[in-house]
Amino acid sequence: MPDSEPSASAGTSRRKFLGQMATLGGGVALAAEVAGAPVRKAERVIPPVPASYVPPGALDVTLKVNGENRALKLEARTTLLDALRETCGLTGTKKGCDHGACGACTVHVDGRRVLSCLTLAIAAQGREITTIEGIAKGDELHPVQKAFIECDGFQCGFCTPGQIMSATACIKEGHTGSEEEIQEWMSGNLCRCGAYPNIIDAIKLAAPKSKA
Amino acid sequence: MSAPFGYEAVKTEADAIKAAGGTAGAMYLAGGTTLLDLWKLGAMQPTKLIDVNALPYSQVSVASGTARLGAMARMSDAAADKDLATHFPVLTESLLLAASAQIRNMASLGGNLLQRPRSFTYRNPDPTATEADGRTDAIFGVSAKARAPHPSDFAVALTALDASVRLRRAAGERIVRIADFYREPGNEPQRLTTILPGELITGIEVPALPWARHSTYVKIRDRASYQFAIVSVAVALRIENGVVRESRVAAGGVGTRPWRLPLVEAALADKPAEVAGFEEAAAIAGEGAKTHELNAYKIELLKRTVVRACLKAAAIAG
Repeated sequence: MPDSEPSASAGTSRRKFLGQMATLGGGVALAAEVAGAPVRKAERVIPPVPASYVPPGALDVTLKVNGENRALKLEARTTLLDALRETCGLTGTKKGCDHGACGACTVHVDGRRVLSCLTLAIAAQGREITTIEGIAKGDELHPVQKAFIECDGFQCGFCTPGQIMSATACIKEGHTGSEEEIQEWMSGNLCRCGAYPNIIDAIKLAAPKSKA
Repeated sequence: MSAPFGYEAVKTEADAIKAAGGTAGAMYLAGGTTLLDLWKLGAMQPTKLIDVNALPYSQVSVASGTARLGAMARMSDAAADKDLATHFPVLTESLLLAASAQIRNMASLGGNLLQRPRSFTYRNPDPTATEADGRTDAIFGVSAKARAPHPSDFAVALTALDASVRLRRAAGERIVRIADFYREPGNEPQRLTTILPGELITGIEVPALPWARHSTYVKIRDRASYQFAIVSVAVALRIENGVVRESRVAAGGVGTRPWRLPLVEAALADKPAEVAGFEEAAAIAGEGAKTHELNAYKIELLKRTVVRACLKAAAIAG
C-alpha cells in the first residue's frame, strides 16, 4: 500500500480532502475577483509537490517502515520525519516543533522511541522503523490506542500519534509504576491542549494489557 | 529546508578521521540531537556529515572501579547500566535528569559533551539579534560575549569525578582531563572545548573513586522535567564517623563551562555531615560570581542546592 494513507473512513482521506480544498481555494478566489468581491491577498496556496519529483542529488535510500521495504530517492539532508510524511505518505507522524522539543514526531527505530525530526532518513537505513500507522493489527487497534479513546486522552489530537508511540515504549520499558513515573518518562511529549491527566489514565489502563 | 550537505557512513575510526580530514566543514554525526537542531537554525553549517554511529564505541563497563564509557553509547544505555549506578550514582542521575526518554535513546555520550550554548543570539537565525541580560545567564566564567550556562548535566558529574576524555586524530590519540577539555569561552562564545578540528571523541574514563558510591546529582529546573538546569550540583562525599573527610563538588547552570567548586570542597573538610556543617561550607559557593539584577538569585540558589545535594549524598552514605 505505498503512497496511500490509511483512512478512518471509506472514500477520500483527510489529507487528500485538504489538498483538494487548497486547489479549489485558488479557483474560488479567482471567481471572487472577477465578481469584484474582496480577495484575501495574504492567502498563499502552496502547490503540491508531484509524487514523481526527485530533487537533484537525491540518493537511493531504502527504509523499512512498518515491516515494508520502501525504495526512495532522498537527499542526504532529508529527515526521517519528512521522508515518512512527504515521500512515504505516512502523515500520521506529526511535525510539531521540528527541533526535538515537543515529541510529536516520535517513532520507534529498532524498537526504541526516537525523534524522527532529528533523525536523518539516510542514517535510518537497515533499521526497523515503526510509525503510528504500524501498531494496530489490521482493524484491531493497539491496546494503547484503545485506551486513549476510552480515556479521552486528547483534545485536538495533533500530539496524539507521538504520545501513543511514546506511551507504548514507556510501557515496554517498564516506567509505569506510578503516576509520577509516567509523568517523568512521558515528559518529552508536550500536549498544548493539556490532556495530560487523561493521557496518564490511558497509559495506566493500557499498561497491563500491552507489555509486548 | 536548510542547506544541503554530503553524507558518508564510516565503519572504522581510520575511515572516519580520513573522511573528516579531507573536507572543509565536515562534521561527525552521532545521535544528531544537537547537530540537526542547530543545522536547521543555520547555526551549524556542515558541508558533509560523517556518520560515525557504526563505530565500535558503545561499551559501558566498570572494572576495578574504573568506568569506561564508549563515546557512541547512548545516554539511555549508560543510564541503565547497573554497575555504573552502583559505583557512580551521580553519573546515572545526571543522565536520567537530562532531556527526554526519546532524546536519551538517541544522544551519544560523546555528543553530550559537545552541546552548544543555549544562547539566544546563537540559536536565532537573525544576525542582528542582540542579547539582553537574562535570568538564566551564567554567573561564573562569563564575558561580554559569552553568558549562556553550559547545558550538559553529564559533564558536571564528570567534572566532579575528574574524568578524562579519549580523543583520536590522524596524529594519534590523546587523553585529556575534563578540566582541560572545557574552556571558558571568552571572546569565542561557541568554542566551549579544546577539541581540535577533525578530532573524534572515542570514549570517557572515570577513575576509580570508591566513595563515589555516595554521590548524587541535584537539578533545579523551571519545570519538573525535560528542562535545562537553572542550577544543578554534583556531590560525592567521604564521611567517617559523621564527619566529612573528602568531597567533590561541581555545579551546572551557573558556569559557561561545567564549574568545579574547590573552595566548597575545602570548606567541607572536617565539617560534621549535617545541615549546619553543609550550610557553613556552602556559604562560600558564590565566591567569584559575576551577576546582574536578573541572575543574582543564582548565588543563593547555588548555596541551597549544594546543601541539598550534600544532605542527599550523606543519606546514601548513612
